[in-house]
Amino acid sequence: MHPSRRNPGADASSNFSGAVVLELIVISTLNGILFGMLLFLMASGLTVIFSMLGVLNFAHASFYMLGAFFGFQTSRWLGFWPALLIAPLLAGAIGAGVERFGLRRVHRNGHVAELLFTFGLAFVIEEVVQIIWGKSPVDFRIPPSLDFSAFTIFSTNYPAYKMFMLLVSIAIFVGLLVVLKKTRIGLIVQAALTHPHMVAHLGHNVGRIFMLVFGVGTALAAVAGVIAGPALVTQSNMAGLLGPILFVVVVVGGLGSLSGAFVASLLIGLVQTFAVSMNGSLSGAFGPLGPAYAATWLSDIWGVTIAQIAPIVPYVLLVLILIFRPMGLLGTRDT
Amino acid sequence: MSDVAATVAPPLPTAAEKLRFFSLWVLAAVALLLLPQIFGSGSSLTTFSLIGISIIFSLSYNILLGQTGMLSFGHAVYYGLGGFLVIHAINIIGANKLPVPLPIVPLIGGITGLLFAVLLGWVSTQRSGTAFAMISLGVAELIASSALILRTFFGGEAGVSANRTKLLKLFGWNFGPQIQIYYLVAAWTLIAVIAMYALTRTPLGRMCNAVRDNPERVQFVGYNPHTVRYLAFCFAGFFAGIAGALAAINFEIANSAYLGAAQSGTVLFATYIGGIGFFIGPIVGAIFVTFLSLGLSDLTQVWQLYFGLIFIAVVLFAPGGITGLFMMHRPLLKAGTLLRVLPSYLVALVPTLAMLAGLVLAVETIVHYTVNPGDDSHIKAFGVGFDAASPSVWAMSLVLLIGGFLAARRTWVWVGHAWNDATSLAREKGVAT
Amino acid sequence: MRKSMMAALFALPMLCTGAIAEETLKIGYIDPLSGGGASIGEVGLKTFQYLADEVNAKGGIQGRKVEIVPLDNKTNPQESLIQAQKAIDAGVRYITQGNGSSVAGALSDFVTKYNERNPGKEVLYFNYAAVDPVLTNAKCSFWHFRWDANSDIKMEALTNYMKTAPAIKNVYLINQDYSFGESVRSAAKAMLAVKRPDIKIVGDELHPLLKITDFAPYIAKIKASGADTVVTGNWGQDFSLLLKAAADAGLKVNWYTYYAGGTGGPTAVKQANLNHQVFAVGEGIPNLDNPPSQEFEKAFRAKYDFSLFYPRAVNEMRMLALAADKAKSVDPVKVAAALEGMEFEVFDGGKGYMRKEDHQFFQPIYIASLGDRSEREPFDEEKTGWGWRLVAKIDTPSTVLPTTCKMERPN
Repeated sequence: MHPSRRNPGADASSNFSGAVVLELIVISTLNGILFGMLLFLMASGLTVIFSMLGVLNFAHASFYMLGAFFGFQTSRWLGFWPALLIAPLLAGAIGAGVERFGLRRVHRNGHVAELLFTFGLAFVIEEVVQIIWGKSPVDFRIPPSLDFSAFTIFSTNYPAYKMFMLLVSIAIFVGLLVVLKKTRIGLIVQAALTHPHMVAHLGHNVGRIFMLVFGVGTALAAVAGVIAGPALVTQSNMAGLLGPILFVVVVVGGLGSLSGAFVASLLIGLVQTFAVSMNGSLSGAFGPLGPAYAATWLSDIWGVTIAQIAPIVPYVLLVLILIFRPMGLLGTRDT
Repeated sequence: MSDVAATVAPPLPTAAEKLRFFSLWVLAAVALLLLPQIFGSGSSLTTFSLIGISIIFSLSYNILLGQTGMLSFGHAVYYGLGGFLVIHAINIIGANKLPVPLPIVPLIGGITGLLFAVLLGWVSTQRSGTAFAMISLGVAELIASSALILRTFFGGEAGVSANRTKLLKLFGWNFGPQIQIYYLVAAWTLIAVIAMYALTRTPLGRMCNAVRDNPERVQFVGYNPHTVRYLAFCFAGFFAGIAGALAAINFEIANSAYLGAAQSGTVLFATYIGGIGFFIGPIVGAIFVTFLSLGLSDLTQVWQLYFGLIFIAVVLFAPGGITGLFMMHRPLLKAGTLLRVLPSYLVALVPTLAMLAGLVLAVETIVHYTVNPGDDSHIKAFGVGFDAASPSVWAMSLVLLIGGFLAARRTWVWVGHAWNDATSLAREKGVAT
Repeated sequence: MRKSMMAALFALPMLCTGAIAEETLKIGYIDPLSGGGASIGEVGLKTFQYLADEVNAKGGIQGRKVEIVPLDNKTNPQESLIQAQKAIDAGVRYITQGNGSSVAGALSDFVTKYNERNPGKEVLYFNYAAVDPVLTNAKCSFWHFRWDANSDIKMEALTNYMKTAPAIKNVYLINQDYSFGESVRSAAKAMLAVKRPDIKIVGDELHPLLKITDFAPYIAKIKASGADTVVTGNWGQDFSLLLKAAADAGLKVNWYTYYAGGTGGPTAVKQANLNHQVFAVGEGIPNLDNPPSQEFEKAFRAKYDFSLFYPRAVNEMRMLALAADKAKSVDPVKVAAALEGMEFEVFDGGKGYMRKEDHQFFQPIYIASLGDRSEREPFDEEKTGWGWRLVAKIDTPSTVLPTTCKMERPN
């Protein structure tokens, strides 16, 4: 028989010195920002697609996964750098095709049908990936040119590849900003973010713009997949792991707001990364409950550490936002 | 959706119509009683029990989706919570020898579902549409993840189990054998179906339809859409709890999979494929999807792919579901013009089947090469054996697929023409289409 | 006239299949054959099919050919029960399963209840990989037999080895937050406290199961604690990501694991470039100086493109044949009586036995490390070029643990 679960963290000699705590904070901040930027790459595409087409693309994380797998296969044949270019183009082309032949057909049946279509699509994409590449992780390697350590903080090496990921994400973010603010198509997309019907009335070829937006949105998700693939595990369940968090980001940030998506991505990225490294719990702070409460649900809650509830924190945030501020943090549109 | 709302208030039913209506239910009850006499094996009884549970669950889901227009991705929460509480209840009743026989226990599940729907529903139903879908997803993920934290109640990954034979015996039945469980499930299915049908006939049921179609107008008429949605949500939770309770009784185990996204997805599939616009839609969908998920995995290794493709096909081409497809023919049947479309169906069937056969052949061959490359290439799919390595098979699948697609496109145009003819003829005869 | 001919035509194949059915011994293999766990389920299925072919080549069991009936449970306890019912309807009276202790618990429960409610139609459940100790302790059953050393036994073997390794001074425990991870950490702490009280447990971490994508913060904590050894039960992506993060951060410790040999494990170790720093505890490795098992391994790898992950499946099948011969019958009740207490020369050499009190099989346990091979290690893993090297063999008597099982026996 096993003893009733006690808070594991409290047993460890967790008297870390100040330097160690600082190291943890710095590393977690870097990782948190990195994860947040990755989320933003995907959330930006999702936000723009939702704003223009009114459909929440359930299959968005699947394009992220497609990007990773296309990147893996292309890097096998041609190398990593061509893969960085080809994989998002391929995924974006598929996305455009999905919009043209699938979504446009379903559009006349209403938003529910569109959501269900993307739901089914996510399912099918995962199955196809499993058939072609298998269910086990694939060996997507960091390119040798980036496989060194960038700098050493206290005693931990921070890999250069992660800095590369950060740089690519920031570059894309800046590029997106420039396109949106300075180009004509960007102006149209911005207008459609808040007034899609008016944009159509003004005579723009809405169909072609929709296809373009969907293609670019999914291509962005695919870029995130290509660069995250070597760092995280590239496996057919990637989409299912990241998908729900993506929706939380988009809803918390505000459906239709790019800056909201940016803020929410960073917030959730940091919160998740920090929560995972914290071992605090109620029992750690207030001492264990009396033995009369052992093996009850109260002892479960008392003993659970922040690290163990880290995966749920985004959903708690989602529910709170939907109750108290349904428009999201920076949202301008009601759904 | 316009099939459900009539344009004129219907007149009161005649005696003949009443007789027809009630005899339908009596017939259903008789059929349920006789079914085990025809198919008596253990796995048939298990299948029927599962279908019954799925019918109750899908109908409860359709209260949300089809009747009130709320797409929920987290309905399994109420199903699962009902199941868990019933397992605990059975353990408590058995340990303390309380005088509660097993047939009453699903009510405990229903009340649990109702309780949690009451708790979580007010906040969930504030919005509808995409926001509601998202909040249902968030709440579902929250509770499913908590299941692994609150181990004493949810039992961790192993779940909690119970022994259903330890309860008070009823008419000498201890509910150990599967046949007794079948009758229990069948009885509750009948009760739940009658209850949910009755619900659609009440003013509340009609207001739910109104909220689905035009919530702003409902406000003008004087009802609060939020309250209507909330009430619908509570009823849906109640029946979902009953379904979960029956599942827990059937398997004698409840674990966190009951609450998970997969379970919510399955009920969504079943309800939508069956048809959300009609009351019997979810019943048809439940039967179809249960048979599919039980039988398909024996026939092919990639049954999930076919599942997903069927769902997408339904969303793209038949948004009314299976029932919707059949009901489309009702006006033609009434006008007697159905025979005009049937020949074109038969003609279109051939290339369509050829196209599907080609698709299946291609998929299974690709699967053989990517998943089982070292295996013997003589594989079987859907009971038909063929050699995946022979080029003639590849050629045949390509021909069937592409040729079938091109031919099918032509014949479907023909079907469209036949439909137009039949429909206009029906309209001339005065039948509303 | 025509009707009776038709009836006869239909009856004839029934008779034939009936007759043929008498001749086969069906073993239902209930494991995931689709979805996420399918890669592991397929490996197990092929292993059992290979073993069935081996037995059939020698004439089968009691004159019957062994037939493996694959049943996809989609890694779901409810689905497993449905498949078990299907199997029983198809005439299966032996079920084997291994992937997932939650499924195993549900199956064991189901089989016990079924046998109680259907005397004369008993079914046996052979567990080849589910390691939750509770299945042979509090929730033991006469109808359940386990061939895999449960997680406590493995920890017993591991800690007995650690008794002989004075270089281990600071141990960090990191495990997945569920019943298996919990049992690994509590067994590790309890046993180390008794056998090596000088060892300091400098960290004890439980992380969410299969949810973490970046283990860098955990690696940072391990580094900060000054550990020289990490003990972990992680498997799947939790294992590969953990090692990846360790390699990224340049962490230099020894890893004592349960599932480094699982699918994807050796690839992760090679990718992280941890040469002979990752150890695994198990019932056998290919590179043992035992000619019969090496012959088998060679023939097995020639047919399939993977190594023999389940030497315990070999033991299971061979012991079933032996028990049936001893009982001179394939009736599950008689076979069960013959199986319990049986002593057996295990696949990788050495004596094992099926303990009567709890139906747990005890066998020699091996500690091995993955890395560069020498001439003594002819087999590599997952085409990485690296293979398992024997570090220590713990003999059967040193792996035995007491049990709390109070088994209800049929009269």
